[in-house]
Amino acid sequence: MALDLETRNQLIETVRRFVTERLRPIEAQVAENDAVPDEIVAEMRELGLFGLTIPTEYGGLGLNMEEEVLVGIELGGASPAFRSAFGTNVGIGSQGLVMFGTDAQKEKYLAGIASGEIITSFALTEPEAGSDSAAVQTRAIRDGDVYVLNGAKRYITNANKAGLFTVMARSNPDIKGGGGVSALLVPRDLPGITIGKPEKKMGQQGAHICDVTFDNVRVPVENRLGAEGEGFKVAMQVLDRGRLHIASVCVGVAERLLRDCVAYAAERKQFGQPIANFQLVQGMIADCKTEALAAKALVMDAARQRDAGVNVTLEAAAAKYYASEMVGRVADRAVQIFGGAGYVADYGIERLYRDVRIFRIYEGTSQIQQVIIARETMKRGG
Amino acid sequence: MKVLVPVKRVVDYNVKVRVKSDQTGVDLANVKMSMNPFCEIAVEEAVRLKEKGVATEVVAVSIGPVQAQETIRTALAMGADRGILIQTDEDLEPLAVAKLLAAVIGEEAPGIVVMGKQAIDGDNNAVGQMLAALLDWPQATFASKIEIAGDKAEVTREVDGGLQTLSVDLPAVVTADLRLNEPRYASLPNIMKAKKKPIDVKAPGDYGVDTAPRLKVLKVVEPPKRQGGAKVESAAELVSKLKNEAGVL
Ligand SMILES: Cc1cc2nc3c(=O)[nH]c(=O)nc-3n(C[C@H](O)[C@H](O)[C@H](O)COP(=O)(O)OP(=O)(O)OC[C@H]3O[C@@H](n4cnc5c(N)ncnc54)[C@H](O)[C@@H]3O)c2cc1C
Repeated sequence: MALDLETRNQLIETVRRFVTERLRPIEAQVAENDAVPDEIVAEMRELGLFGLTIPTEYGGLGLNMEEEVLVGIELGGASPAFRSAFGTNVGIGSQGLVMFGTDAQKEKYLAGIASGEIITSFALTEPEAGSDSAAVQTRAIRDGDVYVLNGAKRYITNANKAGLFTVMARSNPDIKGGGGVSALLVPRDLPGITIGKPEKKMGQQGAHICDVTFDNVRVPVENRLGAEGEGFKVAMQVLDRGRLHIASVCVGVAERLLRDCVAYAAERKQFGQPIANFQLVQGMIADCKTEALAAKALVMDAARQRDAGVNVTLEAAAAKYYASEMVGRVADRAVQIFGGAGYVADYGIERLYRDVRIFRIYEGTSQIQQVIIARETMKRGG
Repeated sequence: MKVLVPVKRVVDYNVKVRVKSDQTGVDLANVKMSMNPFCEIAVEEAVRLKEKGVATEVVAVSIGPVQAQETIRTALAMGADRGILIQTDEDLEPLAVAKLLAAVIGEEAPGIVVMGKQAIDGDNNAVGQMLAALLDWPQATFASKIEIAGDKAEVTREVDGGLQTLSVDLPAVVTADLRLNEPRYASLPNIMKAKKKPIDVKAPGDYGVDTAPRLKVLKVVEPPKRQGGAKVESAAELVSKLKNEAGVL
């Protein structure tokens, strides 16, 4: 159920305050140490950030899509690495369970996910199955009342902290595409699971991805999400929602970069005046603002439609595609407006420039979004 | 024990205030408002008293426009149990506020009133003291620590040059200073639950007190612009300027 406006405003305001007062001041430290401090994670838990999208009956906030993207925009005000700490619990790591879980499965896990006691991961990508995610090779072969899981997953966000994985694996090797895939809830403590070392990444230090390998892991059949063979559908519906969340974070980072640019341009003087007076600089600011507004409109509209029960596969893909490309251009112009300072680490602009690069790649690359947008547009006849 | 916490809605501390061009006051149009930071500290202290088992109920009272409900909601989200809004669009003077609070306290009979030492808009630093006088209760202002034992409160005060510790009989009025505590962020689930907590809406007329203004504001002006600094070439020049221009040596 949607929140009344006053409560919603208070919620957004609290998140904004937390982001500005607690997260932004330690951005550089988090990047340097490649870790979000434990006490900040504890504060996130206390604030309720891990449970943003978990239904209220399990102790979460049960935000609808519009509310979630409004929070996402605020979260963009500080390094995206912070969001990653609870991002999987809010998005891809929990939503399969929220959308397709049985009451017993929800009962078992959702309260822990909402409080942040259980960190979740979403394990779809494999060494040989990236954009072509329906081609997963990890196998889940039925043996009585367990599935025997074998295979390897790659680049799995929060795998090193996760207590619960949603794993997409082929339960029917005779069916090649998505139809042979099932989604399983896999607790970390089952024997046979190995987590690799965190990868060294271009940006978002403090957020981690690792390989996950399964060696004869015996997963109870009751841990399956949805019907057998429905796993790819689970994954795609989870990603529909995830894409809108990512798009909202892109909008938030763009808005933050704009605030930084405007402040810097007013302060920095060349030729005896603030660089903000130069129309060529103003042009960059205007382009950033226009594109950020356009992306926000796209995200908000798609979110509201989704809340109204409309299928937004096309709109979510369009929002993710446009917003992630947009924030890349905004970050690039921000480096330009800051000049040499934009390239020097102290100002944090080059860090954000690197941080936002991933948004065009994960949860479906820009090209995959284009493929989806074109396919859906042609289905609709225009 | 019941704790009563008055809370005021003021211009947010991050906002750069502007004076209205007709010099009648500060421009409030489209300005972000929030709870006075000292009131926030008072709410936090009251909630901590409840969490420690010293207090059983925390009541937040605000006097102000209908939007002051939001300020009360913030207190409820932080952990207060219920709220009372005395709704008025007039900007009441400290004495009128103290009289209204005294009337509420007459009805509510709290064991202690914890409130901010001043509001950051008027900076009067007057309501707490006036309230204690009207009620004929002990007062302990500028508290940096409050310990309650039985029917007494031990309050550490920040005074010039050090700390003073007072023991006051309860009920008493205690006003909070900056270092009393660091207020929590209301958690998101508690913000949602606060909606279900009750707020009684009253009018100043319900309490039969005279709230007519005693003071007249003549004008409100911006502080004078600060002169830019100057660079000196040498220590000798600095000393000479301090002596002859600033007159401080
Ligand atoms: C930081 C990070 C976090 C991640 N988190 C997770 C996670 O939590 N869970 C998870 O399952 N995965 C995760 N991933 C994996 C991510 O989703 C994939 O990297 C992404 O989907 C792209 O797959 P790929 O890397 O195999 O690239 P490829 O699929 O090999 O793509 C390479 C290039 O080919 C293009 N391409 C591929 N197919 C087509 C096509 N049909 N038409 C046009 N162009 C095409 C792509 O757009 C891209 O430009 C994460 C990755 C990173 C880097």
